[in-house]
Amino acid sequence: MKFWRLPLDAGSHSIPIGELHIIKDRCKGCGFCIEFCPNQVLKEAPEFNKKGYHPPLVTKQGECVNCNLCEIICPEFAIYSVLKEYKELTAEDIAGYSKK
Amino acid sequence: MKIRYQPIVPFDQEGFNRLKDEQHGLHPDDQYLKPGRIPHIWCPGCGLGVVLNTYINALKMTGIPIDRSVVVSGIGCTGRVAGYLNMDTYHTTHGRAIPFATGLSLTRPDLSVTVFSGDGDLFAIGGNHFIHAARRNVNLKVICVNNFNYGMTGGQVAPTTPVSARTTTTPYGNSEASFNLPYLAHASGAVYVARWTTFHARQLVNAIAETFSIDGFTFIEVIAPCPVGYGRPNKIGSGLDEMIYYKENSIVQNGADPRNVDIALKGKIVVGKFSEEKRPTFLGEYEEKILKKFRRTET
Amino acid sequence: MSDSGILTGEYFINGDEACAEGAIAAGCRFFAGYPITPATEIAERMARRLPQVQGICIQMEDEIASMAAILGASWGGTKSMTATSGPGFSLMMENIGLGMMTETPCVIVNIMRGGPSTGLPTLVGQADVMQARWGSHGDYEVIALSPSSPQEMFNLTIEAFNLSEIYRLPVLILGDELVGHMSEKVIIPPSDQIHQVSRVRPSQSPDGYLPFMAGDNLVPPMACAGEGYHVHVTGLTHDEQGYPQTTAQVHERLVRRLADKIRHNTSKIIQVEEFETANSEVMVVAYGCTSRTAREAVQILRSEGKKVGLLRLITLWPFPEERIRQVAQGIKAFIVPEINYGQIAYEVERCSQGRAETVLLPLMGGAIHTPENIMEAVKEYLP
Ligand SMILES: Cc1ncc(C[n+]2csc(CCOP(=O)(O)OP(=O)(O)O)c2C)c(N)n1
Ligand code: SF4
Ligand code: SF4
Ligand code: SF4
Repeated sequence: MKFWRLPLDAGSHSIPIGELHIIKDRCKGCGFCIEFCPNQVLKEAPEFNKKGYHPPLVTKQGECVNCNLCEIICPEFAIYSVLKEYKELTAEDIAGYSKK
Repeated sequence: MKIRYQPIVPFDQEGFNRLKDEQHGLHPDDQYLKPGRIPHIWCPGCGLGVVLNTYINALKMTGIPIDRSVVVSGIGCTGRVAGYLNMDTYHTTHGRAIPFATGLSLTRPDLSVTVFSGDGDLFAIGGNHFIHAARRNVNLKVICVNNFNYGMTGGQVAPTTPVSARTTTTPYGNSEASFNLPYLAHASGAVYVARWTTFHARQLVNAIAETFSIDGFTFIEVIAPCPVGYGRPNKIGSGLDEMIYYKENSIVQNGADPRNVDIALKGKIVVGKFSEEKRPTFLGEYEEKILKKFRRTET
Repeated sequence: MSDSGILTGEYFINGDEACAEGAIAAGCRFFAGYPITPATEIAERMARRLPQVQGICIQMEDEIASMAAILGASWGGTKSMTATSGPGFSLMMENIGLGMMTETPCVIVNIMRGGPSTGLPTLVGQADVMQARWGSHGDYEVIALSPSSPQEMFNLTIEAFNLSEIYRLPVLILGDELVGHMSEKVIIPPSDQIHQVSRVRPSQSPDGYLPFMAGDNLVPPMACAGEGYHVHVTGLTHDEQGYPQTTAQVHERLVRRLADKIRHNTSKIIQVEEFETANSEVMVVAYGCTSRTAREAVQILRSEGKKVGLLRLITLWPFPEERIRQVAQGIKAFIVPEINYGQIAYEVERCSQGRAETVLLPLMGGAIHTPENIMEAVKEYLP
């Protein structure tokens, strides 16, 4: 979907911002969370955890929309997000989403 | 005869407590997991953890208390699901989860009884029990994790292995036809039939949650990666590659005719909720037609 | 019928029917089975009787399922039973093992017919005695009772339920076609005179509860489904917490306890009826239908002044080793008639430790011994 202008009711919409918690040593490095995060918030950490896997790393602080997908798709119960705050919808956000 | 015993090593309560203290409670869902049991035994990239996770999320969504739900499993990698859940769980024998759960469900209609097992467990050795429990419409929520092979024993052919697929017992490619599980479940009398993949985690949570409120025999097939036994030998790749395969090759088609949803090697995977109907349950009929006759009215 | 559903009174019924009535009197409220001669009448009676006491009777798709279902029902907190004969008993073996490993109280009735395989479906046999003892894989101890009359089918079914609840294991009733199909007077006492035992429940709260931690009696209290204890029940080797473990230490501890909870209590479990055993020089050892002929033979021989007695085994497993050992000290021979090619006779021979001779009187099945068969054997030692 493409928006060509900021919707009139944009002020009444907001974006949830999630805070990610990663239990590094539980991760088995499957990559599901990294691959399927709708906002590409995560990437593989360069360092190894205790088990010898690369856990995920948050690359774009503040861009997690707390959708919980990583949380329900993680086979190891190694990652979860909690709602931190709501952010008002801006023209950039919309432009960003319409690009996707 | 005289017996000279080996010494007995007592239960390591301290070790257990330590495990519990260090490993338990790190994740909000840990309250649904048996203390000290995570990390689980499943391989990296295995889909079973995802299915376990979605089941827990379905419990959270519906608010069914863990004291009111029980899980019964057979044997196999999937069979291990039972052992991780912090509720009453029963890890039975290979193929026999459904009849065990039948006894449990009939005597405890107040509990929500879910059967978790593998495709080999439920449809090879346990196939007969499956069709009969579906026919009787016993109130069981059956979740079959289909990874197209026998994971636990090292990647042998299963009744779901697509034709031509390689497994350790079909080194030249599988020459047998495979089951179309939703069709089999539907034809046997399951009142709810759906298929999702582990990539469709959200839909899976919703589907599991939906079945909790259905009285009768429900069936969800979950296509899940087994990189060790299926993904790699068939050149699909790692668990992540299998997940990406599901993403790219799944076709969501709610209401699809279950006859047309069989899965070929490297073919498309039709997913969705295929059917739902209402039919009297075994216990409902037993109660209505038999037990009621003998119930003494309170005076 | 009394309020409890027990059919107090005198009845002329067959052994299978008496068994079903015994189960109901013992508190059984779930039956799962699959038709097989000569045990079908138990399922039929249960199908008619259980609904009258608000119990459930289900005909499963096979005996594997029947056995699994009664284990499930038992964990649901309901006393449960199945009944079968040889071919079905073979199919039940794997899940009997599961019942042993998970310490699940329930009762399995095997009305024995001639085997192997389909054998003699309608005719008597006693050849499943060793299968009952060793049929499932791995090490475990069983309790098996052998009724010799319809009245005993009733009484011992109650006893079987009580033992299964006390020791937390599947208990076997090894009946035979003859006793199952024979009709005799059966007296069913009023419900308040029927001794019912129920499994011990945990007395502590779920917090810190160890579901497979046993006290001195080696039998852990049992938390059933939906009671908030979150028990994991598995056929895998498991620790006191119920968690699967793969060490030799845990296996040693578990398997030994499973066996010892029976081995340490054999004196409480074992029942042997002694008939004319005083001053005997020859002892007949018999069980089930065979013991009826043996009793007649002993009676006749005693009337002729022969010093012969009968040890009637009510409990086949655990085997009454002690008693056989004692008796062996003072006699010339054991005569063991059984409808098989030698099963209990081997046990008798083992326990007599060469002190007395053991004579097997085998019959392959389909018929019973005559008193003359037994008398002739005795007379070789007491001419
Ligand atoms: C009676 C019996 N036969 C064979 C086995 C060995 N066995 C264990 S798991 C398994 C197959 C499991 O396959 P599946 O049900 O597809 O589950 P998965 O491991 O793939 O999750 C087999 C054959 C057994 N445990 N019991
Ligand atoms: S919660 Fe959603 S947006 Fe945030 S990291 Fe996880 S998958 Fe990405
Ligand atoms: S999904 Fe879980 S196990 Fe997989 S990489 Fe992410 S955190 Fe690690
Ligand atoms: S063998 Fe396959 S099914 Fe089993 S744990 Fe490994 S990946 Fe999962």
